[in-house]
Amino acid sequence: MKLTLKIWRQGGKYKGELVTYQLNDVNPHMSFLEMLDVLNEELIAKKESPVAFEHDCREGICGTCSMVINGYPHGPQAKTTTCQLHMRHFKDGDTIVIEPFRARAFPVVRDLVVDRGAFDRIIQAGGYISVNTGQAQDANSTPIEKDLSAHAFDAAECIGCGACVAACPNASAMLFVSAKVSHLALLPQGKPEAARRVQNMVKQMDAEGFGMCSNVTACEAECPKGISVTNIARLNREFISSEFGSETQV
Amino acid sequence: MILDGKIPAGPLEEKWTHYRSTVPLVAPNNKRRIDIIVVGTGLAGASAAASLGELGYNVKAFTFHDSPRRAHSIAAQGGINAAKNYRNDGDSVYRLFYDTIKGGDYRAREGNVYRLAEVSADIIDQAVAQGVPFAREYGGLLENRSFGGVQVSRTFYARGQTGQQLLLGAYQALSRQVSLGAVELYNRHEMLDVVVVDGKARGIIARNLLTGKLERHAAHCVVLATGGYGNVFYLSTNAMMCNVSAAWRAVRRGALMANPCFTQIHPTCIPQSGDYQSKLTLMSESLRNDGRVWVPKKQEDAKAIREGRKTALDIAEDDRDYFLERRYPAFGNLVPRDVASRAAKIACDEGLGVAPTGLAVFMDFSAAIQRYGQSKAHNAGMHDADKAAITELGEKVVEEKYGNLFEMYEKITGENPYKMPMKIYPAVHYTMGGLWVDYNLETNIPGLFAIGECNFSDHGANRLGASALMQGLADGYFVLPYTIGAFLSNEIRTPKFDPAREEFAKAEADTQTRINTLLGIKGNQSVESFHRRLGHIMWTYCGMARTAEGLNQARTMLRELRDEFYKDVFVPGANEEYNPELEKALRVADFLEQGELMILDALNRNESCGGHFREEYQDEGGEAKRDDQNYRYVAAWEYTGWENEPVLHKEQLEFENVELKTRSYK
Repeated sequence: MKLTLKIWRQGGKYKGELVTYQLNDVNPHMSFLEMLDVLNEELIAKKESPVAFEHDCREGICGTCSMVINGYPHGPQAKTTTCQLHMRHFKDGDTIVIEPFRARAFPVVRDLVVDRGAFDRIIQAGGYISVNTGQAQDANSTPIEKDLSAHAFDAAECIGCGACVAACPNASAMLFVSAKVSHLALLPQGKPEAARRVQNMVKQMDAEGFGMCSNVTACEAECPKGISVTNIARLNREFISSEFGSETQV
Repeated sequence: MILDGKIPAGPLEEKWTHYRSTVPLVAPNNKRRIDIIVVGTGLAGASAAASLGELGYNVKAFTFHDSPRRAHSIAAQGGINAAKNYRNDGDSVYRLFYDTIKGGDYRAREGNVYRLAEVSADIIDQAVAQGVPFAREYGGLLENRSFGGVQVSRTFYARGQTGQQLLLGAYQALSRQVSLGAVELYNRHEMLDVVVVDGKARGIIARNLLTGKLERHAAHCVVLATGGYGNVFYLSTNAMMCNVSAAWRAVRRGALMANPCFTQIHPTCIPQSGDYQSKLTLMSESLRNDGRVWVPKKQEDAKAIREGRKTALDIAEDDRDYFLERRYPAFGNLVPRDVASRAAKIACDEGLGVAPTGLAVFMDFSAAIQRYGQSKAHNAGMHDADKAAITELGEKVVEEKYGNLFEMYEKITGENPYKMPMKIYPAVHYTMGGLWVDYNLETNIPGLFAIGECNFSDHGANRLGASALMQGLADGYFVLPYTIGAFLSNEIRTPKFDPAREEFAKAEADTQTRINTLLGIKGNQSVESFHRRLGHIMWTYCGMARTAEGLNQARTMLRELRDEFYKDVFVPGANEEYNPELEKALRVADFLEQGELMILDALNRNESCGGHFREEYQDEGGEAKRDDQNYRYVAAWEYTGWENEPVLHKEQLEFENVELKTRSYK
């Protein structure tokens, strides 16, 4: 396959612009990132600076890869991370535009690499269950209904890639935050600190500069793990109910 | 040097209990004065950093990723073993211990492995309390499945992404300690050297990957949780950034590398499809619960499939060789990984491979689909269900069990595994070898600890499935927090270390020199091209089957490759910037040295055991021939520089509780 690539370059000699590259011999069985590997090898052979992009596991689970392909975070294929996208889904002669995830809360580090540290700070604000090592009771002492556990799992599948933010016209992080809030609030183990958790996570989310949710639901459409916007509804319910009552027990 | 494993005296089942009750403690007021560096935030590192933070130590945690949640533990699919005996099928701590020792082909320490089996149950409790959504039954209790090399169901799992859920649990526990100020987190920092002061590990040199600046970090001790070195083979199921550098830098400072030739080749991976390929993808071992592995009996059928003239569906039942079931009737498709991998290689060597490259066998789910479908139909009272209806019902059950794996397979290969058997082939997956540690998980450098895949301790010559997650979390949550006290209890009066000291300055200068050397070569070949060539040498001569002749040849080739690397590598960019190519160059430079040590270790070990198969040492049936007389030891290598031969130190393995037998799964 012959491809024309228009890739966002930023940093080093590039102020921030789309640079055009040609690739003449792309194997359709390659993954998208392997296609970029080939480009980088060609650039290095010409002593030019390779395109910086983040990647690691290349099997769709670590959440490291982060690029917008032809306007879609992780590309046009549904429920697929960039690393799992294969060139057989493109046509000979295609022009492909590749940009970083864009959001104020995700500053560009270089080229296609962005800083998603905001997500870590949101989890640090409350995305956990407070249990020290060794404090746990026997695992089977609390039965959890299979369906309930499955719902919690559906939310827990989030890989923290940030595609939801990149897809949202408001750059809202509601899908990411709501997935963690749902995962933990649904389980009996997460109930005791549910109110505190949702308050603190939402507060941190706002402090990071993410936008508001206006129910566009592009996040769900672009999420490589198919995390449902039902989680956002659940977050809203958790958040509103946590507003009632006081932190001090009477 | 005499290697003392420091295994506590006393009966096997009392060792750890006794140790825990007598190991010196550090009082809470003193913990506050002690600093610990933890490098790596995968299962072992994150769980250790969180637990040490909870105990009251000051922890600095380092990861080269943008977030601790990216560590490669996240990609583990199948499950985690624990001796809970929830199935009432005869499991016990002893049985888990025995299976692990036998699975490792009697090349691991009894004391360490028994402790691992003992704490395994606590891990499940801890994970569930953190909110890890393990699979459950309709009654709400935890579900289990079987893994290779065992005859009980003791594997807990979370769909096909157990590693992800366990890592997120540990990551969240770590995040909580970060929010409480107990752990200081350094993202995008790569450790490039360990600093030794008066013989003890007291800090690290780390490179800030965003700015390139070298930083000095001091502490009372250093914990390495930096994973395995499978990427020395270039193509492996490891993530792209997995590397040996942290461990190798410790070796360059005097730590011993134990059993480096023990690498695990996982039998069920998606076969390589082209030269551009950057990594291989694992298909979980759990699939062998229901997948039947076969090749055509006739070479002409295999050839027709390779050339696209036939498919698996054209091969009649009688013309298929379910070779694992045939060779190993007792364990069938669930033999351990090393055994299954070798059997697949033998089939392909005989010209029965089914991919265009000749390197693939089938893993077939049609029988399972029919079996589950019939059971579902019976359950629903559909007594006259036709085959199509049964298939549909069966596919649903299989989807529930392995849906995400099937989806992943289809994305990569473009083939539907519900209809057409998967094609699989072995690939490098895990490294049992690693830094030598004693019972305290302390290396021979006092104050330097190694946990998780980074150490060599528990899996012998072959790791059983679902045991890596178990070991990583056991080390981090339940072992190191105790054993580190043995060192730190003598350090409570040691003042904090000043990173301005000369030892730190020297280590930083050494690191800077290495970086300048690589940037200064300005040759013509990319780092990637060297890594690829290194991987090819390692896979060909130090992979699934090894010979003395091949290994000697490989050593020469590797030495030439390293010379060429230092003459002709091209690393673009500068140090003082975000420069992934420089990061890669530093890692490949270390792989080139460590690869040679693997070859030497494989040459030294004149026997076949576990993942180490020397063609010279096999029986008539092609099974591994172990030599307990001469090789019942841990080979711990002291590195003495590129110009010198490394020095071998032996730790004899004593077996007081299990009888050494020929490992048979027939």
